[in-house]
Amino acid sequence: MTDTIRTLPVTDLSLVVLIGASGSGKSTFARRHFKPTEVVSSDLCRGLVADDENDQSASRDAFDLLHYIAGKRLEAGRLTVVDATNVQSEARRQLVQLARRYDVLPIAIVLDLPEEVCQARNAARPDRADMPRHVVQRHRRELRRSLRGLEREGFRKVHVLRTVEEVEAAEVVLEKRFNDLRHLTGPFDIIGDVHGCRSELETLLAKLGYADGHHPEGRTAVFVGDLVDRGPDSPGVLRRVMGMVAAGDALCVPGNHENKLGRWLKGRKVQETHGLAETIEQLGRESEEFRAEVGAFIDGLVSHYILDEGKLVVCHAGLPEKYHGRTSGRVRSHALYGDTTGETDEFGLPVRYPWAEEYRGRAAVVYGHTPVPNTSWINNTICLDTGAVFGGKMTALRWPERELVDVPAEKVWYEPARPLATEAPGGHQGRPLDLADVHGRRVVETRRMGNVGVREENAAAALEVMSRFAVDPRLLAYLPPTMAPTATSKAEGYLEHPAEAFAQYADDGVERVVCEEKHMGSRAVALVCRDAAAARERFGVDPAEGATGALHTRTGRPFFDDAAVTEQVLERLRAAVTAAGLWDELDTDWVLLDGELMPWSLKSAGLLRAQYAAVGAASRAVFPGALDALERAAARGVGGGVDALLAKQRERAADAEAFTEAYRRYCWPTQGLDGVRFAPFQVLAVRGRSLAAVPHDEQLGWLDRLVEHDPTGLLQLTRRLVVDTGDEASVRAGVDWWLEMTAAGGEGMVVKPLAALVRDGKGRLVQPGVKVRGREYLRIIYGPEYTRPENLERLRRRFLGHKRSLALREYALGLEALDRLAEGEPLWRVHEAVFAVLALESEPVDPRL
Amino acid sequence: MFLTISTTGTLERPATDLGFLLHKHPDNAQTFSTSHGTAHVLYPEASAERCTAALLLEVDPVGLVRRGKGKGRGGAPDSALAQYVNDRPYAASSLLAVALSTVFKSALRGACRAMPERAAAPLPLRIEVPALPARGGAELVHKLFGPLGWDTVEAEPVALDTAFPEWGDSRYVRLVLEGELRLADALNHLYVLLPVLDDAKHYWVAPDEVDKLLRAGDGWLAEHPEQKLITSRYLSRRWGLTRDAMERLELVRLAESDGLEVEDVDNAVDETTDTEEKPVPLAEQRRAGILAALRAADATRVLDLGCGQGQLLQELLKDVRFTDIVGVDVSVRALTVAGRRLRLERLGERQAGRITLIQGSLAYTDKRLTGYDAAVLSEVVEHVDLPRLPALEYAVFGSARPRTVLVTTPNVEYNVRWESLPAGHVRHGDHRFEWTRQEFRTWAARVAGQYGYGVEFTPIGPDDPEVGPPTQMAVFTQTSRTTPKEDTA
Repeated sequence: MTDTIRTLPVTDLSLVVLIGASGSGKSTFARRHFKPTEVVSSDLCRGLVADDENDQSASRDAFDLLHYIAGKRLEAGRLTVVDATNVQSEARRQLVQLARRYDVLPIAIVLDLPEEVCQARNAARPDRADMPRHVVQRHRRELRRSLRGLEREGFRKVHVLRTVEEVEAAEVVLEKRFNDLRHLTGPFDIIGDVHGCRSELETLLAKLGYADGHHPEGRTAVFVGDLVDRGPDSPGVLRRVMGMVAAGDALCVPGNHENKLGRWLKGRKVQETHGLAETIEQLGRESEEFRAEVGAFIDGLVSHYILDEGKLVVCHAGLPEKYHGRTSGRVRSHALYGDTTGETDEFGLPVRYPWAEEYRGRAAVVYGHTPVPNTSWINNTICLDTGAVFGGKMTALRWPERELVDVPAEKVWYEPARPLATEAPGGHQGRPLDLADVHGRRVVETRRMGNVGVREENAAAALEVMSRFAVDPRLLAYLPPTMAPTATSKAEGYLEHPAEAFAQYADDGVERVVCEEKHMGSRAVALVCRDAAAARERFGVDPAEGATGALHTRTGRPFFDDAAVTEQVLERLRAAVTAAGLWDELDTDWVLLDGELMPWSLKSAGLLRAQYAAVGAASRAVFPGALDALERAAARGVGGGVDALLAKQRERAADAEAFTEAYRRYCWPTQGLDGVRFAPFQVLAVRGRSLAAVPHDEQLGWLDRLVEHDPTGLLQLTRRLVVDTGDEASVRAGVDWWLEMTAAGGEGMVVKPLAALVRDGKGRLVQPGVKVRGREYLRIIYGPEYTRPENLERLRRRFLGHKRSLALREYALGLEALDRLAEGEPLWRVHEAVFAVLALESEPVDPRL
Repeated sequence: MFLTISTTGTLERPATDLGFLLHKHPDNAQTFSTSHGTAHVLYPEASAERCTAALLLEVDPVGLVRRGKGKGRGGAPDSALAQYVNDRPYAASSLLAVALSTVFKSALRGACRAMPERAAAPLPLRIEVPALPARGGAELVHKLFGPLGWDTVEAEPVALDTAFPEWGDSRYVRLVLEGELRLADALNHLYVLLPVLDDAKHYWVAPDEVDKLLRAGDGWLAEHPEQKLITSRYLSRRWGLTRDAMERLELVRLAESDGLEVEDVDNAVDETTDTEEKPVPLAEQRRAGILAALRAADATRVLDLGCGQGQLLQELLKDVRFTDIVGVDVSVRALTVAGRRLRLERLGERQAGRITLIQGSLAYTDKRLTGYDAAVLSEVVEHVDLPRLPALEYAVFGSARPRTVLVTTPNVEYNVRWESLPAGHVRHGDHRFEWTRQEFRTWAARVAGQYGYGVEFTPIGPDDPEVGPPTQMAVFTQTSRTTPKEDTA
């Protein structure tokens, strides 16, 4: 007998299985040592399903429920205690399986108390007083039979308490998992695969600011593993890293190569391939003692670490979110080897499963293992293995700065078995688009505006449009956002007027805006590649299809049904880009242009005829007869207000005439490309760069040169005027310019912050542009008679809030698509943002805004 | 919107009697408030020789749009009303028909206390509707008004835009009717046929519309050769109502021919006079061909990719060998219709457990579609743009990889055998292409080779010795479990 406290270590995320006969005091024990919500008891579950905690006939359902609840808790990463007798091995087997399913440790705490104690306790409980003695006897028999095999059953810790006193003196102590280093917040320098490249490692450490393995600012290096094999000095690398780890200057997770080396050091039989032979040879020159140290070092490595309050996960081969912080054989295996499909490629190497593409976790996962020519973030994951040993470079990531630092390899130390993947992301070898990338309710992370949500029904609508009508998604790099109109004007006779637009931008703190003539045609996005080879290299389109780009509408439809016509347009655009010298100036072999294609009647002929022209035709048919009847009735002296009615009908006839004039301005016949015009207003992106934040004066400079260098008459200039929103005279000039332009039949203008991408005083994105539509043009939108005072009065009650919010969200998504495109992210990442724009377009919003 | 009604007369029977018949005095303009605007009745001329009444309906275009708001789902039944740019203020539509029935209520009934004998007798009438929307054009106008006793029916198309003659005619005609008819009959013709020609209604068509139609059509609709078209359009193509109206009109005819009351012959209608659209035999043969191929392939878990409105699913459900049937379509609307057709909500548990409908797209890979015995793509590939077909091929043959894949598509060579199909036209507006037998075989052989399938071809429908069958089917059978190495070039 002892009075000293007996500590029972329990891992903080584990499945604790209490084992003991009825009456052994499991529930009391659980109450004393765990939170009530951590304990799932079979009695409680029996009660829940059968209204009786002792109804043995409900056991089957009760245990289903118990497993279900425990499973939910473990999935969410919560410590769970199972309070049931668990004396039968079958019951425990199911629980061990449950723990494995959620990759947590099963821990057994056994209350092996004498029979008399149990019988006495049961006798004292009214609900168990009638329990036959043989029940406890059977429990104890089964328990004793099980005791020796618990570890073999899979329990990673087994605590056995045999007396009442031992139980009394026991204290459960929660232990952190080895992989849980959330309390360490760095800053860190995470270093990719080293593979024995000692010299490059030293250069990289020096570049990162380390002197003899120590950083004067207290930064911590984190090695993603594969320190050894293939390279010239694996022992040197090990010595350096082991020293740093021992001194607390570094952390290290194991790579598959350390794992194999560790087994070799233990004398296991391993194949000396993939560079292990070199390491063995190099270690042969080291002392026995050093080899033992290496063995101990490798043995002590933890498969992965969670760092920086859970924001960072480091491991060798990547890890899906559900494995973060978990402990099981398969977690370790994934952390070391990654996921493979079970197939092998033509070089005899396993085909890796692209787990990162499915990764949706909040924590950044930094890993190595797969050599790539260049690193890039995919879904908050990044691979730092840039193949130093294969003559690539050695890369480190500064965290939390997210800066990449690299040093080139000094030579090709080892020939790769297969060439480093050189395919452009999203190229024809890129992963095909999967429905899970776009389907259902989604949240798209944007750099400029945080998370943008897409509702399920909007995604469903977009899926139909995208699947049935859109151009090849590889060529659909961008969809233009919707644009809000200016705030509603109160000026007599106007619904929209520039004064509000200038005032709004002044309020947002935007001093200089550019007014750009608004062309009335159809929005068109043009992707122009320098040639078919460039289209193939960057966008992965099959050269057999001959596409050198795309020309699509705001919903992603091809602008022309005939691909040959599209190519003709692209050819003219390409010639202009070439003549203007923009390929070299922008250092690119493709450009993405946003613009307006005219005439309106070209793409909207159906709508024009069915709606706009039809209204004109009906009005022209009806008014002559109606006016004639009224005039004759008036001439006859018919009473009842005929004169007033006549005057009103004359006004209506004039309005209808004005309406017809309004739409006719935007229609003209075309023959092939004769008569077709394209007015570009932004160069959205070129190779490696989004140009969406380039100020509009600079943008217009490029575009003017394009127009200038187009001899075919396709390209059309956009007139513009810069206005200082704080200067009255300048604002007045802007208003006059608009009045003049719209009086001559212009659609109106778009007012944009000159600096393009602007935030207001509170750091929020400012509308990238607002449209101010002309008084006559708006007849096409609000009907022929909208200018009548009683109609204007009602129409002024329009609500812009939703439209503005939509415009900003779509803008952020559009920018995101361009950023992802520019940064060479995979096709599906670009597509996700583009798809989201289309989905938002199906949000119900007043279509006249 | 506007129309005029004119008559001629003599000193003994002055034309101005029209004022009595319409219950509106010729020397005063009168104003009436109707649900969608203000109606004015005025007489541009009123003499014993000639009298013209004009009905002018001022529609408030802004009110029309704003009114639609706040109504239940879907808002106004006629989507045209949701537009500010709207022909309703000008064109003679159901709005004018309703105004007509409100303003000339008694005249429509043929009631005239002052001169009952004039109301009961035909009089020379000239009716002019200057902007009548006519879906079906002048030809249909003639078909509709021709059998109603008018001496002349004039329907002159209105040009869409004189500035763009190449745009051709609008859907409006200037209608002039002349003849000796009872005024009430003439008004009833207009009341029914204006919205029928417009083929749209500004209000939700409720079951009582059947009564209104039969009342206004009394004496002329039952014998009208275009009765079916009139009925269905008037009732906004609500088939249930249309059938109801047609059956009741049938009763009227039966009763008339036997000199009986309608009630006496009720319930005597032969079930075979069902007006349901006849099933398209080719579609039936196609489904039979597919079912046979599925059975031959011993498939029990089947994907219907592009299931549309679920006709094939319905067949599959009837055969218990198909234990797991999944209908996939990109259109949520189609799936809703399919669900209704299959009565999913009322299906027994065992039956319902065999079938699932999901939205999906063959432009994307979809993990939910893996592990099935067979996939059917019936009349699907031709709805995909050719450059995007490889994505579909990958999604079906590379990713979903069912053991058997059935693809049916039209045989364009057969199109010359369709009498109603103009030369060079595809069979459906959304067909992006139609293949010859050779083109189809070339495509199928390439896909089969690329993805490790064997392929055989089966004709569906009469196999014409010269041009082949109307529909061609390819049966792909998997030959290797994994995709052969793709050509990386």
